[in-house]
Order: sequence, then structure tokens, then C-alpha cells
Amino acid sequence: MSKTIKCIVNKRLYELVVEEGESLLEMLRERLELTGDKQGCGVGECGACSVIVDGSVLDSCIYLAAWVDGKEITTIEGVQDESGSLSDLQRNFVDLGAVQCGFCTPGLVLSATAFLNKNPDPTREEIRRGLSGNLCRCTGYQKVLEAVEKTAEERNLERVSKRG
Amino acid sequence: MYQIKSYHEATTLDEAVELLADNSNAQIIAGGTDVLIKARERKEGYIDKDLVGIMRIPDIKGVRIDKDGTIFIGATTTFTEVENAPLVRKHLGSLSFAVGTVGGPQVRNTGTIGGNVCNGATSGDSASTLFVFNALVCITGEAGNREVPVEDFYQGPGKVDLAPGEILKGFKIREKDYKGYKGHYIKFSQRRAMDIATLGCSILLMEEAGIIKDLRIAFGVAGPTPIRAVNAEAFAKGKPVSNTVLKEIGVRCLENAKARDSWRASKAFREQLIKSLPKKAIEIALGGEGDV
Repeated sequence: MSKTIKCIVNKRLYELVVEEGESLLEMLRERLELTGDKQGCGVGECGACSVIVDGSVLDSCIYLAAWVDGKEITTIEGVQDESGSLSDLQRNFVDLGAVQCGFCTPGLVLSATAFLNKNPDPTREEIRRGLSGNLCRCTGYQKVLEAVEKTAEERNLERVSKRG
Repeated sequence: MYQIKSYHEATTLDEAVELLADNSNAQIIAGGTDVLIKARERKEGYIDKDLVGIMRIPDIKGVRIDKDGTIFIGATTTFTEVENAPLVRKHLGSLSFAVGTVGGPQVRNTGTIGGNVCNGATSGDSASTLFVFNALVCITGEAGNREVPVEDFYQGPGKVDLAPGEILKGFKIREKDYKGYKGHYIKFSQRRAMDIATLGCSILLMEEAGIIKDLRIAFGVAGPTPIRAVNAEAFAKGKPVSNTVLKEIGVRCLENAKARDSWRASKAFREQLIKSLPKKAIEIALGGEGDV
């Protein structure tokens, strides 16, 4: 049996027919060919499939496609800035060497994007907690933390200079 | 692709009750962070089900307070929503903290407090804290509504007092069970995130001028279901908050515990935690560092 749903993915409205047993990750990767977000563990432990739904990050591998009816989704393909360049956070991931094999990177960038939207001035400890649902087997996390921290600092400086 | 026979989403409680009635193959699904994982593992009883989604039923979501001070936490309130709810932060601080120790942000954004309890696991991070607040479990079904103490709701590993066709609506916590109390939850685990508790200890304390007026202690993973350490609680009443008393409380907690060996930890190690964590939790609840 299938279901018709309406949702917004990366600012575009879709009307889709999905299977009842289809995961959100399958819908994104196989129906919409948005293959940036990965399937890692498939049981909600590694965070490689993280996407943002209505502002909150979740594991799309353990989330039914039917559940996004009426909701707004952001995948890694939707985080770039308006000109189509890397977002400031993505740029800092690159500059600070927070990417190695890259498999976890889309999930980490989405988690960090949602996290910084909710907590624009975080402590190092809060960043660690905010990213604790994403596993990376290469970087040792240090550079990831630095990239997120630097992004927060830059955004806050910009906010202050705009106000000044 | 999950192997599901059908999926229906209820938008009212009546509709959900109707969908569950006379269908022995029906399975309620909330956030899906347990049910879908069991379906993925092809665990017996979790494939080819007629799933009934309940996340869009407004009556059983969110946190409210009655005129008499009773706080109601809807079953489908996510861990993140419980953690951040101003009413929970103000009156049930240790519950806010406890649900914040579940998994990671992704799981907390989808998993629900009702699902955590209906899963029936002794390790569920919300359970022991609901125990010390004497939470009442609110259930509805074709036969009407009923309420049971959370302690009686747990019947065994993975087994709860929810008959086929019944739905958990949420939890009630009465003012007499939180007013004037301070609490803390300690999740002892190998990792600080994305892990299951080796042992969980929740305490709730009413203290006046250094004297314990009332103390409640509950553990997760100290038995097949979460348990209250009633012997230690009875001993503590009227005693001063001293090192000797706090240590003795820990020793007496063992009288109600039925810890066992598992691949996560040995029985002996769990018993050491049962002895030492209450003291630490009490000290933290009183504003200290909680050094063991």
C-alpha cells in the first residue's frame, strides 16, 4: 500500500507517493536522488543519515517517509548559502580539516547547522552534546568541534559588527 | 524498506482506539526509535504489523498543569520537548535532566517518554525518575480510562500493563509528589552519549535543616524492571544528612535490588554502583559535587 504526501525538501514543494514501509532516508535517496545523506548503521546510532525536519535534526533511517507529510526537510544538498557556495560552517569544516573519509560529514554538518540555529553562542561542552548523535571514525572529533566553534564565533562577531 | 502490513495515522484518541479494536495484528508506533529498530531486526512480533501512528493526536502531546498542581506529560511528548518544557524544568528538574541523557539529539527529537516506558526496559532513562515522582500512568481504551501507578505498570522485562487495544495517554505527577523536593538522576554508562545505562539511579529528597524528611530512591538495571529501594527509604526518614547515613542508605539499597551479570557489567560491579550512586545523587541534588 502507498500513501500520498506533501512536503518541502530544500525549499521546494513535493507531492510524492511513498510506500508505507519506506524510510525517510529511502525517500530522499531513491525517490528524490538526494544521495548526500548516507545510511550508516540503519538503527539510529551513527547519525550519518541525519536530516533536519521542521528545525530539528533526526535520523532519517528510523523515520517513516509518511511522517514528513506537511513538514519541511533540509538535507545536505540544501545547506549551501544563497549563491550556491558552501555555507560558512561547511567552509570551516574544509579549512580546519574536519573532513577525512567524508562519510559522516553530511550528518555532522546538518546536526551542527540545526544546533547552531538553536544555540548560537555555545560552550565547547554544549557543542559536544549537540553533536553526540554523530559518530566519526576518522577525525577524532577535535577538528569538527573547532569548525563549529569557529563558525559560532564568526557569526557572533558579524552580529556585533552589524549592531555597532 | 520496513516490512509493514499497513500504516494508519490517527488524529484523535477515538480514532486510534477504533483502529486498534478487534485487530490483534495492530501495533502502536510513536517516535519509532524502538519499534522500527525491532522491525529492522525482524524481531518476532514486529514485522508485517498493522502500525497505528499516534504522533498527530494533540491530546496526548505536551506538558500541562491542572489547577490543583497536577502536571500531565503527554505520552508522545518527545524527550527534547520534556527536557525543555518550562513546567518540567521548574517543578521536575531531575526528570528534565534524566530524559536529556537518552541517546543523542536525533533520538531525543523523535523518541517519546511514553514509548520509553511502554518499551518496558529496566534501563529506560525516564523510568526511575517517574518512579520517584510516584507518576500515575493514564491509559485509555474501548472500556474507558484507567490510571495505574508507574511501579505497577512495569510487569517484567519488556512487559507492561497495557492490554491489546489500549493506549498510554501520558503521566500524571501530583503536587504533593514534587513540591518541596529536590532530585537528581545519575546515568552510569560507558559513554556519555548514545549508550544504554549500566545502572541508573534517581533520587528525590525533602530535606529540612539537615534532616531527611522524605527520600525516594529508584534504580534502573538493578532488577528485571525499575525498582524502588523501599528499605533504604524507610531507614532514611528522620535521619541527618551525614556521611555515615548516606553510606548506610547505599548499603540498604541492596536489600531491594536484584542486579545480575550481563555483557555490559557484572553483578558485583552493579552492586557497587547501587551502593555508591545514591550518596552521590543526594549530594548533587543538595548542590554539592557528589564525590564518592
